[in-house]
Amino acid sequence: MRLAPRHATLLLVLAVFAALPFLLPSSFHLRVATLVWVQALAAVGLNLLMGLAGQVSLGHAGFFGIGAYAVALGPRHLGLDPLLSALAGLVLSGLLALVVGRPILRLRGHYLAVATLGLGILVWLVLNSEVGLTGGPDGIQVPRLVLFGWRVAGAETWYWITGLALLLGVWLALNLEDSPLGRALRALHDSEVAARVAGIDVARAKLVVFVIAAIYAALAGSLLALFNRFVTPQVADFLHSIELVTMVVIGGMGSTLGAIVGAAILTVLPQALTVFHDYEHAVLGLMIILFMIFLRQGIVPGLVALLPRRAVA
Amino acid sequence: MDQLLQFVFSGLTVGAVYALVALGFTLIYNASDVINFAQGEFVMLGGMVTVFAYAAGVPLPLAALLAVAVAVATGLALHRFAIEPARGANAVTLIIITIGASILIRGIAQIVFDKQFHRFPSFSGEDPIAVLGASILPQSLWVLGGAAIIVALLWLFMEKTLLGKAVRATAANRLAARLVGIDTALVLALAFGVSGAIGALAGILVTPITLTSVTVGTLLALKGFAAAMLGGIGNPVGAVAGGLALGLLEALAAGFISSTYKDAVAFVVIIAVLFVLPQGLFGKRAVERV
Repeated sequence: MRLAPRHATLLLVLAVFAALPFLLPSSFHLRVATLVWVQALAAVGLNLLMGLAGQVSLGHAGFFGIGAYAVALGPRHLGLDPLLSALAGLVLSGLLALVVGRPILRLRGHYLAVATLGLGILVWLVLNSEVGLTGGPDGIQVPRLVLFGWRVAGAETWYWITGLALLLGVWLALNLEDSPLGRALRALHDSEVAARVAGIDVARAKLVVFVIAAIYAALAGSLLALFNRFVTPQVADFLHSIELVTMVVIGGMGSTLGAIVGAAILTVLPQALTVFHDYEHAVLGLMIILFMIFLRQGIVPGLVALLPRRAVA
Repeated sequence: MDQLLQFVFSGLTVGAVYALVALGFTLIYNASDVINFAQGEFVMLGGMVTVFAYAAGVPLPLAALLAVAVAVATGLALHRFAIEPARGANAVTLIIITIGASILIRGIAQIVFDKQFHRFPSFSGEDPIAVLGASILPQSLWVLGGAAIIVALLWLFMEKTLLGKAVRATAANRLAARLVGIDTALVLALAFGVSGAIGALAGILVTPITLTSVTVGTLLALKGFAAAMLGGIGNPVGAVAGGLALGLLEALAAGFISSTYKDAVAFVVIIAVLFVLPQGLFGKRAVERV
């Protein structure tokens, strides 16, 4: 049977997702797996922007932070339900991407990188400085999510919720790749001029995928905050933006499965490295350098290239 | 009025440091097209090595020299072990490598040094000098004078020496430079080494005023980058102008608007400039070949 790559990806993620709870020995491991799903969701969204459309964002954690703080601040300051707050976070994040995206996405290469970087840092600065509103650097508590009277709690419950969110995200991303928009983005990735000549509204296509990537990140942020029930400005900081970009790149730009693999590596490894406590940063930096030098084309595309051709087709 | 003057002085002092960081960015960018986000770590190393050598009893000038040597060695190692092996990688990959390097350098510095803030005494006393109702720290003059000398020396090196001309030739066209017999690998290593030295000197000059710790590098790198962008990346004059302008704007915003959002100024300015002038203030209009 010929299996389309996108179905293969979806099936693989589904299988791992269903099998893991039986393989993981403790709720600590389930918590780590949950973190992986959340980061992977943001990375899958960012991959649409970076891998598919070839646009860099060095400030994506800003959108993640907006989603995370929405579920903390909505209930506290506006008396909103956490679920409604999460929705508001998604809308806010998407709107911000829409408003700043048009001028920003005109820029190319390094200039686009620095503009998105600035945007991300501005979000972080606001979250960090507005102590009265956000609790500042110490962070803020997030109320428990209650769905129609059901108090959502427990590592396993969150494992399933975040996993389902990721599955949904992957499914949408894979469909988007095969849609007219996806083809337009691939075309403008190769050559904006050629894409424009072929009748593609380049500015609009870039803007749409930027907004989509922002909404993915915001959803991931909301989920993380609800799951942790606590959030600090670190979720929006520069290092997190870099981690997200690194996930996409080491997994393999343009590969949805790669984004998940990258998220898994960058989430699980630091957990394993906490043993080396003092050396954590040094090792993380070293790992990033080594990954970038030796796995430049990314893990998943690298592995796929090794498979016999028939198996992939 | 004297308040304004005060802000201008402090703005120019900080701006001189941004200018030096931006100059380091420009040097490496011109030689290799790499945006080196580890640039801020050179500044950190300059300050921290001097602090710890001085505390261990080394005389201040010698401690400073040692710090420059450490930063130069770090720059060379960065080029040899992280940039060189990844030759041919795309821009994003190279950016991430230098960010990884900055995390690595900071991580090692955390182990070797500590996480506290430090300083060493100013070079010529702590008594402020009164100028037209404002007061200047003598160290500010050191920073401004030092930065001016570094910029002048770099200019002389670039314009008057054969090696400097080789650097400029490599920046203009690497392949053509190699064809006329320039050792471009040497030029690249040189750019990283000199960038390290410039960063370290900036760190040494400014530490008595702003204090230093292992974490100062990140924000400095980002602001230096913003300054380089503001001036149009790849343009040394633009880098210096961008740095000074950024420092001034920051000091004025901190004084007249809000000191909480002092750090935001750099990024608001950079986004605003990019909206209006997508190539920076002094950048050439790039013509894209199809």
